[in-house]
Amino acid sequence: MSTRLSNGGRLVNKAKPVEFQFNGKRMKGYEGDTLASALLANDQMLVGRSFKYHRPRGIVASGGEEPNALVNLGQGGKFEPNQRVTTTELFDGLYATSQNHWPSLEFDVGAINTHFARFLPAGFYYKMFMFPRPFWKHVYEPFIRQSAGLGKAPKERDSDTYEHFYHFTDVLVIGGGIAGLAAALEAAQSGLKVTIFEQTHHWGGRAVVDGAEIDGKPADDWVKDTVQTLEGMENVTIRARTMGAGVYDHGYVLGYERLTDHCPDQDGPRHRLWRIRATQIITATGAIERPLSFAGNDIPGVMLAAALRDYVVNWGVSIGDRTVVVTNNDDAYRTAIALVDAGLSVPAIIDARTDGAGPLADAARAKGIRVEMGKGIAKVKGGKRVEGVAICLQAGEGAVIEEIKCDAVAMSGGWSPVVHLWSHCGGKLIWDEAQAMFRPDPSRAPTGDKGQPFVAAAGTANGNLRTAAVLEDAVAQAKAAVKAAGGKPKAGKAPAGSDAEEGAISPVWLMPQGAPIQLRMKSWLDFQNDVKVSDVQLAAREGFESVEHAKRYTTLGMATDQGKLSNINGLAILSDALDQAIPQTGTTTFRPPYTPISMGAIGGEARDELFQPIRKTPMHGWHEANGADFEPVGHWRRPYAFVRSGESVHDAVMREVKNTRRNLGLLDASTLGKLIVKGPDAGKFLDMMYTNMMSTLKPGKCRYGLMCNENGFLIDDGVVARIDEDTFLCHTTTGGAERIHAWMEDWLQCEWWDWKVYVTNATEQFAQVAVVGPNARKVLEKLGGMDVSKESIAFMEWKDGQIGGFNARVYRISFSGELSYEIAVPASQGRAFWDALLAAGEEFGVMPYGTECLHIMRAEKGFIMIGDETDGTVIPQDLNMEWAISKKKEDYLGKRAQERSYMASPDRWKLVGLETLDGSVIPDGAYAPAPGDNANGQRNVQGRVTSTYFSPTLGRGIAMGLVHKGPDRMGDVIEFTKGDGTFVKAKIVDQVFYDKDGEKQNV
Amino acid sequence: MLILECPCCGVKSEETEFHAGGEAHLKRFGPGSTDAEFEGYLFMRENKRGVHFERWRHVNGCGKWFLAARDTNTLEFFGFYPAQTHEPPQDIKDKISAKHPGWSWREFQ
Amino acid sequence: MKRYSVFAVAREALRYHTGWERAWRSPEPKKKYDVIIVGAGGHGLATAYYLGKNFGITNVAILEKGWLGGGNTGRNTTIIRSNYLQDPSAAIYEKARSLYETMSQDLNYNVMFSPRGVMMLAQTQHEIRGYQRTAHANSLQGVKTEFITPQRVKELVPIINIDGPRYPVLGALWQARGGTARHDAVAWGYARACSDMGMDVIQKCEVTAIRTEGGKVKGVDTNRGSIDCDKLGGIVAGNTSVLTEMAGFRVPIESVALQALVSEPIKPCMDVVVMANTVHGYMSQSDKGEMVIGGGTDGFNNYTQRGSFHHIEETVRALNETFPIISRLKMLRQWGGIVDVTGDRSPILSKTPVEGMFINAGWGTGGFKAIPGSGWAMAELMAKGHSPLTEEFSMWRFGEGKFIDESVAAGVAH
Repeated sequence: MSTRLSNGGRLVNKAKPVEFQFNGKRMKGYEGDTLASALLANDQMLVGRSFKYHRPRGIVASGGEEPNALVNLGQGGKFEPNQRVTTTELFDGLYATSQNHWPSLEFDVGAINTHFARFLPAGFYYKMFMFPRPFWKHVYEPFIRQSAGLGKAPKERDSDTYEHFYHFTDVLVIGGGIAGLAAALEAAQSGLKVTIFEQTHHWGGRAVVDGAEIDGKPADDWVKDTVQTLEGMENVTIRARTMGAGVYDHGYVLGYERLTDHCPDQDGPRHRLWRIRATQIITATGAIERPLSFAGNDIPGVMLAAALRDYVVNWGVSIGDRTVVVTNNDDAYRTAIALVDAGLSVPAIIDARTDGAGPLADAARAKGIRVEMGKGIAKVKGGKRVEGVAICLQAGEGAVIEEIKCDAVAMSGGWSPVVHLWSHCGGKLIWDEAQAMFRPDPSRAPTGDKGQPFVAAAGTANGNLRTAAVLEDAVAQAKAAVKAAGGKPKAGKAPAGSDAEEGAISPVWLMPQGAPIQLRMKSWLDFQNDVKVSDVQLAAREGFESVEHAKRYTTLGMATDQGKLSNINGLAILSDALDQAIPQTGTTTFRPPYTPISMGAIGGEARDELFQPIRKTPMHGWHEANGADFEPVGHWRRPYAFVRSGESVHDAVMREVKNTRRNLGLLDASTLGKLIVKGPDAGKFLDMMYTNMMSTLKPGKCRYGLMCNENGFLIDDGVVARIDEDTFLCHTTTGGAERIHAWMEDWLQCEWWDWKVYVTNATEQFAQVAVVGPNARKVLEKLGGMDVSKESIAFMEWKDGQIGGFNARVYRISFSGELSYEIAVPASQGRAFWDALLAAGEEFGVMPYGTECLHIMRAEKGFIMIGDETDGTVIPQDLNMEWAISKKKEDYLGKRAQERSYMASPDRWKLVGLETLDGSVIPDGAYAPAPGDNANGQRNVQGRVTSTYFSPTLGRGIAMGLVHKGPDRMGDVIEFTKGDGTFVKAKIVDQVFYDKDGEKQNV
Repeated sequence: MLILECPCCGVKSEETEFHAGGEAHLKRFGPGSTDAEFEGYLFMRENKRGVHFERWRHVNGCGKWFLAARDTNTLEFFGFYPAQTHEPPQDIKDKISAKHPGWSWREFQ
Repeated sequence: MKRYSVFAVAREALRYHTGWERAWRSPEPKKKYDVIIVGAGGHGLATAYYLGKNFGITNVAILEKGWLGGGNTGRNTTIIRSNYLQDPSAAIYEKARSLYETMSQDLNYNVMFSPRGVMMLAQTQHEIRGYQRTAHANSLQGVKTEFITPQRVKELVPIINIDGPRYPVLGALWQARGGTARHDAVAWGYARACSDMGMDVIQKCEVTAIRTEGGKVKGVDTNRGSIDCDKLGGIVAGNTSVLTEMAGFRVPIESVALQALVSEPIKPCMDVVVMANTVHGYMSQSDKGEMVIGGGTDGFNNYTQRGSFHHIEETVRALNETFPIISRLKMLRQWGGIVDVTGDRSPILSKTPVEGMFINAGWGTGGFKAIPGSGWAMAELMAKGHSPLTEEFSMWRFGEGKFIDESVAAGVAH
């Protein structure tokens, strides 16, 4: 059984017991435990079920590479699925449940799959479930989905918060083992800004577990001193519990700091996402031990040799009383020695090598441990727990020589440098034959904005497995990084490291070498996704020869650990099956993040109200307080209608239209874009921007203008007022202000850069109110100030002056067909001016109105709306707006495009008015079918509706639409789709439904 | 995540501060041009895998447009220069030549 | 070809799966083919498949510089829908969608087409009108879609937040027979069927030059030698400009990076595909349980298959708002692909200035869903010289001003 030892555990504080729950069972651990070490201390070896076969699974590793031990953590708004127990720090009250089983972890019905495993090899689902056809959606897929997936979906909204953090540094060191610390210290001594991250909460990595010595002291002491030194340096940022998640182009790095995962009751954000720009990056990310592929290597109790050592040394937890060690390298001997030193039994070390073991083997033998060279494990015995191993010759086919009883197996297939961060942004690898590993190729590092290399790997991550070499490499890489970052490295040597000599590794990709199919189909490569040696071999046999094909066909390395344990073993098996060298097979692509990071952290602070800022006019507060039903328009919110109690939104709109036409309406038009175009060449410039002639406009006058893009399509419209000889004020649509401003800048800066024109966006400097209706003049006269009579300010004129004591610019323009003044006042005065208009207007029947009323009134007048009558494919000619296109101009943006054959075709759809015969409203977006079908069997069409409303003024439905040769077909009746398979008949009419002669606006 | 240096205000900053504006050094064709000229101007693009000239605007900064030479295969920038020019400066062309001898892009080399 | 079936699997299980044959042969290139397709992605393989199936043209080589299906076919978010606004788009995408319905049976390869339904959320008044317009257009195009209420949205997607403070859900365009499929399987299934018809799928074969004579295509040079052909199809999403430069002409295309990501797998919590275009995010749940999320494109030309992280941030932010529970899931992996974007963001299936050379390109962010329809139409174009499905997608439409603009309705992303 696994249990807590009475001695050892350098990370746990036995003075501080902690209580937690797993699957409803109350358990005890200590401060400093991970959930993994605490579960193991409570003899909870079985922690989960695998993805496909629902095989019982135990903890295999001690860090972020763990493939099996994932749990549902927390409850309610703090529930989180797929939490890795090896990277979950224990806290009081922790609540975890195991995943992917029904009804229970101990008894899982899905485990029946394991008995059918033979029928469910890699890619089986591509070959079956095809008949009968509807069964995929209704039977097979729901079943597969239900048995796949891992943790449960959260049910509640996340109750935690997250934040983003910007950081700039000269040298970023990722990894807080001895290589990272030595590199950071070296770099920091140059005076440059240095940042170092460690993903766990403890420093020193493997060296402190394995008893290395540095500068003559235990590594642990050197680590403590170095951390303390770094913490005391002003130019150093040092963070534990922070992972380097991804390296991106030009030195952009994501750091993922887990602030309160270990103390969830503490206030503050749960995770912090560091967005870093680093001049140079050193990845001191260590290495991950590889499993060995033998039958039954997935049974709970089989663990990576170094992880077993970690549990004993770091947390004082033994995995079993009797542990068999199986290896192809010397490092695993350290585990055997550590176990025996802790008073545990190691019945045998099974070493696949025939010879070559170094002094560590002698040390093990000296402790009385039996060492068997040239042997392997034929098979692990047991179901939910290891019961023993069968030993065979590594060079043979698995004939059992001997069985050894044990309750744990420590395996080591050698070490793979963690090259993920090196590779994210294009760093290449080389295969190191002697050490049987891929390591970074320093001549092909990721390159930055100037083509310079900006990532270097250091220490074990760079393929150095011995302490002395690790430290020397780390310091050398740091010196190089300092230089590359523009600093001056300090003279001096690396700390001296020492550890035991090691003999050479001998690669073992399958155990035993000649394992027959019965063993290969029980030899796991990817524990979480249930991919076995036989699966990869099947893929190769079926032609999935590319490593990417094999991965995708078998799902090797696609689980939540992204193949940290399985990738190298898998591609070695694939290479062997294809009879090619490992580097020829190559690796799959390493993609960020290194281990999964929370969506919450990626989103950061941008949630709820902060998700996207809302732009507000000066009158927004009044709207909110007075029943506004808002609609989003760009980043603004505009009142759709002002709804009174007892009214529906529709009622409100109808009331607003009637009142404005009868009495007086107010529209908050502040969102309309206001661009000031100024300079001696302003007129010439606007002649290019608009289809109309603007340069001939007289100061004091307004002109409605159209804007097209170079493709000829309408992009915006609005009223232009000439302020003085050199100055124009161009109104744009609400959504258009920023876009059109940028558009003008583009042409001024990049095409006509010698023209003397400036443009500025004054949209937010002014509040603007449309005062509309037969009583508009009366209310302004009551407020007093400038003369607003027809004689003083005629239709399509503007004037500066005072209204009711407010400095105002008054435009006599109308988008409703009524007598109308649009009045701009300084934004700071907007609300006061609005209030004054409401107060003064009371006797004239004033009512504010919203965007829907605005739309109906303009449709009644046949005015077009950008975004309704236009959609990016409509040219002014389609809207019969030739009157707005100057014939005198040689050029304007879009003119050349409008000369192209399809644009000039007489067959284009053109704007008309539409009146249903029965008075009903044509549905939004309706199309008019034409007789027959096209070559693709689609119904022919001859037009579509662009705007359609119920007109309270006329008491019937009115619409505008684009119809094939529409203006030539006045009086024709055509049909429009109603959306339910039926059609509505409508007559083609003039698009102006109300006050055709414009008498009302021109009084 | 690119880093760019605005040649107008000198600020070196994040990609998010800038707006990409497509291919640079396009000659505008207006009324009087042939269909092919107009189509070429508005639509046909070099879209090189390798050295590329392009427009950027420092939209969340000084607001100025500028041009850049960049390798679309490695994302390396060879330099930034003002938009008010008809061809890339010689020093940038030299830098490109050092890395890609014999390169060409439209009429430049 | 040995047929795949549950019986075949059972039979093979008894002999430990030692009897399976290769899914596709790995031949050496011949000296000459009737047709060479450059690019063994979904579109290229589908084109070859329908050349054989519909026109009996089987002396075909499909050349692939990397591994088949390794481009955008193997990198997309697998959404299949045909609720397009413009007639030419709706025609080709609906052709594709209907072919997906029976693809597993046609190819004897389970591509796991899952018609689980696709909804596109309307979150502004403008979007409501746009999607209603699309629904009306679809009704005349023979594409079954409907505009549904927020309540119905909530019933179909219980994890959605329809009352978001910034953009409440106002309705959705719903295509019940839209869905997803297993992207790799589409490429593999076609490759297997092509190989079975005697076509040569040749991987690790990079085209280095296109040979022409008197304006007519003669063949290609590759890293595995020269190969002659009568007709050439360039179907190399992301690299179209590189290929057409070899043939001496420019195309109205720019190549940009498009990104996607997946979460860790969880038990089923979302049965349909949801696209939210106002906030720029779309999400579905794979059969494995991962939430599959599509991001945006970079604004700059890029051939690196890596994008900028801020797009991922923006997408995740939008989806955290739309589906609040995913805030506590974790991003497992993010990646990028290179997509061709044309002048009107619609594809090009066209003859070219070089006689005998055809291109199929510019699918932008929406190519996967079109694969079978695109292959069907392209095969017809290459075999007969014209196809009603490709008629409007000619590369000369830009010069005429005859665009197929899908962004018009409501800024609909592919």
